[in-house]
Amino acid sequence: MEWIVFLLVAATAVVTAVGLVVRPNPLHGALFLVGNLFCVAVLFLMLRAEFLALAQVIVYAGAIMVLFIFAIMLLIPGRAESGPDALARARRLAVPVAAALGLTVLLVAGRTAGPAAQAAPGGVETIGRLLFTDYLFPFEVTSLLLLAALVGALTLAKRRTSP
Amino acid sequence: MSVPPAYYVGLSAILFAIGVAGVLVRRNPLVIFMAIELMLNAANLAFVAFGRVHGAADGQIIVFFVMTVAAAEVAVGLAIIVAIFRARHRINVDDLALMRW
Repeated sequence: MEWIVFLLVAATAVVTAVGLVVRPNPLHGALFLVGNLFCVAVLFLMLRAEFLALAQVIVYAGAIMVLFIFAIMLLIPGRAESGPDALARARRLAVPVAAALGLTVLLVAGRTAGPAAQAAPGGVETIGRLLFTDYLFPFEVTSLLLLAALVGALTLAKRRTSP
Repeated sequence: MSVPPAYYVGLSAILFAIGVAGVLVRRNPLVIFMAIELMLNAANLAFVAFGRVHGAADGQIIVFFVMTVAAAEVAVGLAIIVAIFRARHRINVDDLALMRW
């Protein structure tokens, strides 16, 4: 039963990822990416990471993708990749390079992962405790990072009012 | 019968490679950004799978931080793309050789 779900979700994830790369319209790509994020959320659930599955749906598929779609709607899509391609010859190498990289990672990482531990890592309670004890400093730095990103995005997107 | 974590790691390697191909092939910076998100997501999946191998929640904590950094990165990156589009009225990454020496 778990195998069937895994194979279905994995196949959907790969298909949506390829769709993101292949489709010329960025809006279609964004919808494919949303599908891919949902697939990964299901995989998180199967790995007993319930908190991350929820955060994935809310933060990624909810907030970040809305930002993406907003930007795509704001900048006229479809016209971006017209015109002559100056790097066409170099681009022919892209897919072999990516395939070689993926194969390398597959060989190295697939060998290092052993069988699953008996005990699941624990739910929200464990994560919350770790986050506010061992990982308290990175957590606080994260808040600083988000503040910096907020100010930076505002400064970049603001219209210049000077003459 | 449960699926061993090695299969999740393999899937994450495949998704990462597709993301790399997207970054290299496409010319629209928005699509390149989305391919980067795909790669981050694949790395997250590998983190959670390895956390499941060791029975520790630390992998999930790192995924939490990766999500936060990704949110910040998207906000700043999209603001930069919008600013470039406003200044030059086209967003082709090959045209953006402004800072090339």
